[in-house]
Amino acid sequence: MRIVVDVELCTGCETCVSSCPYDAIVMKDDKAFINEYCQLCRACLEVCPEGAIKETGTAAAVEDSAERDSYRGVWVFAEQRDGRVADVALELLGAGRRLADARGTGLSAVLFGAGGPEAEKLVHWGADRVYHAEDPIFERFNDEPYVELLSRLIREHRPEIVLTGATPIGRSFFPRVAARVRTGLTADCTSLEIDPETGNLLQVRPAFGGNIMATILCPARRPQMATVRPRVMKRGEYDEARTGEILKISAEGISSRTTVTETVKEVSETMVNLQEADVIVAGGRGLGRPEGFEMLEELAGLLGGAVGASRAAVDEEWIPYSHQVGQTGKTVCPKIYIACGISGAVQHLVGMQSSDIIIAINKNPDAPIFDVANYAIVGDVYEVVPAIIKRLKEVKGG
Amino acid sequence: MKIVVCIKQVPDTAEVRINPETNTLIRDGVPSIINPYDLHAIEAGLHLKESLGGSVTVLTMGPPQAEGALREAVSIGADEAVLLTDRAFAGSDTLATAYTLSSAVRTMGFDIILCGKQAIDGDTAQVGPEMAEFLDIPHVAYVGKFEDISREGLRVRRLMEDGYDIVETPIPVLLTVVRELNQPRLPSLKGKMRAKKAEIKKLSLADIGADGERVGLAGSPTQVKNIFAPEARKDRKTLAGTPEEQAARLIEELRGLKCI
Ligand SMILES: Cc1cc2nc3c(=O)[nH]c(=O)nc-3n(C[C@H](O)[C@H](O)[C@H](O)COP(=O)(O)OP(=O)(O)OC[C@H]3O[C@@H](n4cnc5c(N)ncnc54)[C@H](O)[C@@H]3O)c2cc1C
Ligand SMILES: Nc1ncnc2c1ncn2[C@@H]1O[C@H](COP(=O)(O)O)[C@@H](O)[C@H]1O
Repeated sequence: MRIVVDVELCTGCETCVSSCPYDAIVMKDDKAFINEYCQLCRACLEVCPEGAIKETGTAAAVEDSAERDSYRGVWVFAEQRDGRVADVALELLGAGRRLADARGTGLSAVLFGAGGPEAEKLVHWGADRVYHAEDPIFERFNDEPYVELLSRLIREHRPEIVLTGATPIGRSFFPRVAARVRTGLTADCTSLEIDPETGNLLQVRPAFGGNIMATILCPARRPQMATVRPRVMKRGEYDEARTGEILKISAEGISSRTTVTETVKEVSETMVNLQEADVIVAGGRGLGRPEGFEMLEELAGLLGGAVGASRAAVDEEWIPYSHQVGQTGKTVCPKIYIACGISGAVQHLVGMQSSDIIIAINKNPDAPIFDVANYAIVGDVYEVVPAIIKRLKEVKGG
Repeated sequence: MKIVVCIKQVPDTAEVRINPETNTLIRDGVPSIINPYDLHAIEAGLHLKESLGGSVTVLTMGPPQAEGALREAVSIGADEAVLLTDRAFAGSDTLATAYTLSSAVRTMGFDIILCGKQAIDGDTAQVGPEMAEFLDIPHVAYVGKFEDISREGLRVRRLMEDGYDIVETPIPVLLTVVRELNQPRLPSLKGKMRAKKAEIKKLSLADIGADGERVGLAGSPTQVKNIFAPEARKDRKTLAGTPEEQAARLIEELRGLKCI
């Protein structure tokens, strides 16, 4: 495939030139020309008002559709730490259930390490089947044993979709599994749907630092693999009565060239609080001074919530990094997120936009934070927040 | 020790914006830079060379203009620079990129390979571990500290969500590094002079003995179907009035939703 300009249609308007992130579109004799810098990212395709930018040829064809269609079922690799299944695995079971129903297939979980009760828990959260390997080699996370056993299972059982959390563990070993089974992997998805026409998995993820979203397909190979950040998908229903099959898997003949000699925990209070809080009151550069966070603390306290921050506020050293929300901070998904003096840069939005209710307080009516807000309050944080605090106290008092 | 550092030239995504009307990227004047994490990988390479001896080679796969990134790396202190460039590589996803890079380092020879944690244009963090798989060597991701460096192996700190692990690995190995690992040094005047004259070795598909079916778009299982701007909420309510009225309306709304 290549992307080319139809010179007959091109009017030389130059609209496309700046749409290219790789500087690959240049003007030649008053017509647009795509040079060898083109990375086929397709950012220019829809831009041309004349429809002069076109793709030629087709991408990798479905190599063998019978082979491809022999892959069935949705799998969630359930990460465990210290013998406890990570929350993101439960969220993925919620998403996986939806996908399996859409494809008319079953949902399986894969668990390495941890005990029998954790495997049962995966059934209660929606898995029809659990592949469970209880070998001590899985006690501490090491890439190679994880890669070896998961690849073996994939080759043997041929699932069509395999998901895991975009955590340090998932992001370290999943790419190796994808490389071993020679398939595609899409990192950090924010939405997963089945294309009703083709049955392919539509994987949506942010790109260019969250400035744009891209839908990614893996049409010709199986399984389709993806990682999803914690707190992006909603958990399914917990059902104590649900039953499922638990298959014990042997980890025979599995070894590792790397050794983990020590695991050190450094959990700060705020980290736990932020990700589990129902309410987050977050502050940005608009607070103007460190004392602004004392006011936010008070509001958070009244609402039983925690305090978050934008990177700008962290960079100003008004509040420690552990409070930072966003691309380079935490992803949060509280019931209520109150953004105070935060402009709403995409890097901030990717960390909080799946919150149930977003309230934005900003004195600039055009601030992008209002694009994701359910409630927009245009005003000065130092007038609005004290008024909310006062009002809350009145309501609570009587 | 032959140390290879994989670097990528990326648009400075902090500056990229989307035009909400046309749904397109606005890239006017956005500079191309070395992926910030890769600067830490270069620094790690120089540090390992100072302890173990040997040489640091920077490697990039990209269009001809990526030569600029390699020269910058030489000015910082890299000994050699290799540009993998061929039209056949265009449109590579992470699998094809990792396959191409691993074919190249195999022909070049290596003991330690360093990558950044992720590239800021795609943010996938996949190329490093995938390369290690194709080369059949161990990898350690998210390296935040060197605890011990010796010719036989490395002891490193791998940053995890809730703390860190101490991981021991033999050499050869591939590491992906995070910002916490080090403070990248700046180009020296001497380095800048050397960079101007440095020879940039160019390798094509034929030079690395790779399978043409496994590179570029043809070798990429994933495809971009479309791109779009993040969506705005449609159900937004603006709460007008004085601050007191705004506060009162907000609390009324939240009570209505049984949030408080
Ligand atoms: C690779 C990369 C990663 C990043 N990761 C993150 C991340 O994880 N998290 C993050 O948050 N950012 C991140 N950023 C930074 C991000 O691009 C923005 O710079 C940052 O979010 C801006 O913070 P802010 O909204 O607090 O500040 P500003 O953009 O300066 O906005 C301040 C806002 O406050 C308003 N304001 C000012 N005074 C008042 C007042 N008295 N009352 C009410 N409103 C007022 C202004 O109208 C303005 O909208 C990242 C950037 C890059 C390049
Ligand atoms: N085209 C490339 N050339 C050289 N190194 C690359 C390339 N793409 C990715 N890398 C390396 O792989 C790391 C992770 O990239 P990514 O998987 O794209 O997030 C980067 O920090 C680089 O070290």
